[in-house]
Amino acid sequence: MRARTLVLAACVLLLLAVPPMTTALGQLYYIDLIRRVMIFGIAAVSLNLILGYGGLVSFGHAAYLGVGGYSVGILAFYGVHNGWLQWSLAILASALVALVIGAISVRTRGIYFIMITLAFTQMLYYLGISVEEYGGDDGMRLKVKSQFSGLIDLNDPVASYYLALALLLGAIYLVHRLVHSRFGMVLRAAKSNEARSRAIGFSPYPYQLAAFVIAGALCGLAGALLANHTAYITPAFMDWTRSGEIMFMVILGGMATAPGPALGAFALLVVEDLLAGWTQHWQVILGPLLVLCVLFFKRGLAGLLPGGGKDG
Amino acid sequence: MNLILVFEQLLNGLQFGVMLFLMAAGLTLVFGIMNLVNLAHGSLYMVGAYLTVAAVQWTGSYPLGVLLGLLGTLVVGMLLEVVALRTLYERDHLDQVLATFGLILFFNELIAILWGRTALFMSLPSYLQGHIEIIPGSIYPLYRAVVIGVGLVVGAVLWYVVAKTRLGMLIRAGASNRTMVAALGINIRLLYTVVFGFGAALAGLAGLMAGPIYAVQPGMGELILIQVFVVIVIGGIGSIRGALVGALVVGVVDTLGRAFLKPLLGHFISPPAAEAAGPALASMLIYLLMAVVLALRPEGLFPAKSG
Repeated sequence: MRARTLVLAACVLLLLAVPPMTTALGQLYYIDLIRRVMIFGIAAVSLNLILGYGGLVSFGHAAYLGVGGYSVGILAFYGVHNGWLQWSLAILASALVALVIGAISVRTRGIYFIMITLAFTQMLYYLGISVEEYGGDDGMRLKVKSQFSGLIDLNDPVASYYLALALLLGAIYLVHRLVHSRFGMVLRAAKSNEARSRAIGFSPYPYQLAAFVIAGALCGLAGALLANHTAYITPAFMDWTRSGEIMFMVILGGMATAPGPALGAFALLVVEDLLAGWTQHWQVILGPLLVLCVLFFKRGLAGLLPGGGKDG
Repeated sequence: MNLILVFEQLLNGLQFGVMLFLMAAGLTLVFGIMNLVNLAHGSLYMVGAYLTVAAVQWTGSYPLGVLLGLLGTLVVGMLLEVVALRTLYERDHLDQVLATFGLILFFNELIAILWGRTALFMSLPSYLQGHIEIIPGSIYPLYRAVVIGVGLVVGAVLWYVVAKTRLGMLIRAGASNRTMVAALGINIRLLYTVVFGFGAALAGLAGLMAGPIYAVQPGMGELILIQVFVVIVIGGIGSIRGALVGALVVGVVDTLGRAFLKPLLGHFISPPAAEAAGPALASMLIYLLMAVVLALRPEGLFPAKSG
């Protein structure tokens, strides 16, 4: 465990050092790339709560990126640029949407759950496309980024980089605390044996639904960040391939591990970036690569860390 | 006059439903028998459309092109099963979803490399163009009527094969107890490959029939795939009967919603509001329907008894 903590601390130090290093080298592009990685890292960390610890295979997690993003965008559209308001709405709206989707889908199991979460996300995607008021298919530009009473300027790439890093670490800590609480014990118990957890008096439904809502809310926060990162909000935030990618980040990094999803986000997006720089047909390489990962790389990147795949 | 419009839209809904059924039948069979969630089923739909376009251009004959397209999709499906999917049967659904997701990326990009990203136009032979008069005063495109006919015939054949033939008996037996069927000396791996191949050919058939109506382009399969999921969830996973009912319901509801929801809403709320809400609501309709069905019957309308 000691070595593992050291490695992870080194990772955090490395992330802290990215802006000064890239500025010194004149490679500002990498600040942008790593910030994107960290935002998706938050989304993946939130999915890990229900997928990794709760065993709920949600194929619709991108929905909350969209809800979070559009919350910021729509308020900005009506001239409300207050970040506290925008981001609170992003979190609340995502939680509410997750509550509705979860209330219906958490009652189902296995393949039904996968298909239903996917279908509802697709529904929101089409909703985004068909509402012309907010740009429809083309999306809408975020002309003014969220304003936090002068506390932080999101137009400054370095400042927003550190904000994303802080929120990512916060999200990892939050999920870590959650799964080691009494609540998390029930969630994990229901995953490993639902019948037994019922037998000792815990009906899994409310716990799973609560986890589903928390994960949605956290991902909504990532959506608010993403909207400010791209300064553009489109229905593509909720594209079903997005959901697939976020799911892959969790698996690639290591399910039910604290640092795994962030590592997975890093690996997937950096590989995508490298392949895309090499050929425009990068997906033809990425696709089979993903298949091979599923077949032969079950423990994920966190499994390669000292201390193995156990949660640390 | 208005009734004729409704009738035509009902036929359009039936035509869409029939295509959904061809997709759903293959997907639900593969799930019911092999317990495999195959997201790449939509890719087979796309492969069917593209192979047919290419074969029609190459041979210059539409029937020959269709035949080659179907055979090609069958072969692609069987190859896919042997190379990639066979190892996934024993894995959990999460692995299956992720691996087949990877396959989708691969297929979409491969098609884009081979044929480009712009939509292809699939032309029809002259004897499939034109219109017919189904009821007096209503003319309907002949091709869409043919699609409905083909779909219903294939549905009937499928029912006959599964319910009445030895192959169907093996399929049903394989769904309820794989080990027992293997112990009785049946080559279950071969059976799986064959079933998968035919499921693929059904998806290919849906794809090649969709070609002249919708756009033939990379990613076309995933748009319909998610609607097929709705069909299967409504009908009950693993049930062919459920797939048929679900497909027709979804096809008709979606088509009627797109055609009539906006004018209908205009009677109740202000026209500009209806103008805005109509298309949004129409595109969400089948998902809302799914939510209602699930709230009432979480296992779908026709839950399969086994598998």
